[in-house]
Amino acid sequence: MPEKKEKTTRRDFLYTASFTVGAVGLGATIWPFIDQMNPDKSVQALATTEVDISNIEPGKSITVLWRGKPVFLKRRTQDEIAEARAVSLEELKDPQKDEDRVKDGKDEWLVMLGVCTHLGCVPLADKGDYKGWFCPCHGSHYDVSGRIRKGPAPVNMEIPKYEFVDNNTIKIG
Amino acid sequence: MSEHEYQPKSKVGKWFNDRLPLLSLASHLTDYPTPKNLNYWWTFGGILTFCLVTQIITGIVLAMHYVAHADLAFSSVEHIMRDVNYGWLIRYIHSNGASMFFLAVYIHIFRSLFYGSYKSPREVIWIIGILIYLLMMAAAFMGYVLPWGQMSFWGATVITNLFSAIPLVGESITTWLWGAYSVDNPTLNRFFSLHYLIPFLILGLVVLHIWALHVPGNNNPVGIDIKKPSKDTVPFHPYITIKDLFALLMFMIIFSGFVFFAPNVLGHSDNYIPANPMVTPAHIVPEWYLLPFYAILRSVPDKLGGVILMFSAIFILLILPWLDTSKVRSSVFRPIYRQFFWILVIDVLLLGYMGAMPAEGIYLLLTRVGTIYYFLHFLVVLPVVGYLEKTDPLPVSISDPIMTGGANVSFAKRNDKNI
Repeated sequence: MPEKKEKTTRRDFLYTASFTVGAVGLGATIWPFIDQMNPDKSVQALATTEVDISNIEPGKSITVLWRGKPVFLKRRTQDEIAEARAVSLEELKDPQKDEDRVKDGKDEWLVMLGVCTHLGCVPLADKGDYKGWFCPCHGSHYDVSGRIRKGPAPVNMEIPKYEFVDNNTIKIG
Repeated sequence: MSEHEYQPKSKVGKWFNDRLPLLSLASHLTDYPTPKNLNYWWTFGGILTFCLVTQIITGIVLAMHYVAHADLAFSSVEHIMRDVNYGWLIRYIHSNGASMFFLAVYIHIFRSLFYGSYKSPREVIWIIGILIYLLMMAAAFMGYVLPWGQMSFWGATVITNLFSAIPLVGESITTWLWGAYSVDNPTLNRFFSLHYLIPFLILGLVVLHIWALHVPGNNNPVGIDIKKPSKDTVPFHPYITIKDLFALLMFMIIFSGFVFFAPNVLGHSDNYIPANPMVTPAHIVPEWYLLPFYAILRSVPDKLGGVILMFSAIFILLILPWLDTSKVRSSVFRPIYRQFFWILVIDVLLLGYMGAMPAEGIYLLLTRVGTIYYFLHFLVVLPVVGYLEKTDPLPVSISDPIMTGGANVSFAKRNDKNI
């Protein structure tokens, strides 16, 4: 069919306009049905957890639940801190200084999401080749700073957003 | 299915189509010859399909957040309304969607009554349609129970107690329905399960309904048999799809009006009170779409009689094709029946109104008159008028009344040039 250069007609405009409106309307309709599966307000309301840390002795740790996941709070000894900081960054799979994983002046407190970055299992404390954590699922070894040293996990265990409300209380989230 | 043999153009398409003729089906659906004179009353089939899909999608979403337990159901619905992202919107679409579904189905049914779409050769389409309507009522009733408010609880109590009217085994049947000695947690659980099941049964029946429709093809406002395909028909796509879409958009404006501006106007405020087995609400009414049948139930001063009459009012529709003795389908050519049709419409609306009023005094009297007339229409008026009525002359084809004779000649000719 010989194609001539056609002028834009009224009908072309109507087609484009109505398809555009239809597409926007459809998108606006679909969005609520997708968003309803996101965490709802009652879940978001539980998004922070306050923890009393006054009873934790040096070298000990506790595990608390935050957003349905375990969070390790470890009060590290001076030896452990020194050991974590002695490691050269070249040895690390996911290089990160220990100083960057704790709050300034609160070096002894390691607050970390207790979830293996491989496939989401909870690692065991004081186990493994690096005296930190060891994940029993697929054999990932973490050091006392929670950094991955050996095994299939790709990155260090995650540090959640947290703050010290006072000397004895940590607010996670 | 139509006679034409469809062959896909591509090799892969042909390979697939020989094994599963989905492409033939798609081709049949797009080319399906449709009478060219269908008016907007014929768009409600598409609208009803939309309603069913909407109810299924919103329902699946609500089931993700709802808890079917007597202690938790009410607060889980409030959780949906307050906490879940857009939960209020999705629940209001679902609850108002039920009303919209019935609004559309009533128009669809009365369309059928007016144009004689239930008559031979379309009796099976009609019967499947009535079965769909029955399932819709069951689904709507059980869905109304799920929020476990006062109206839910007492509605469930009253409706399930209908079965206790059955002699001898009535009590055992109600206990069996409840799974307890009153409407209780087991009842709620099974209602939830069935409420989830029924829409898919309806979906299956809808497929049969459409399949049965595609055998003889659509009836049309003139009601005469037409040759397909011919100059009296147009392909379903794009002519009917675009017309259905336009009607659907109009329908959605009304639907949205309810959802966004009056989401609770069709409900009853008592259902925002948690279910209490110790106190019955002062005035208990079903949802508006069940009111005519509720009125018929209450019009009889006898428990069993009322129940029988109410179910008869629905089941009588199943034999409607054989009650109507007229050879002419469309009321357009039936001057007497046409008037009775409108009286029936008024009668059903009146019964609906009476169903919402207290069953006493003048209301009760009018309800009884309305009930008697309802049955008279089907059992006496339809057979007798069919025999006695002198119908108007039928046109030879759909094109005929437009193309020749009558006052519209000049108009038709003017249009002719533009085609």
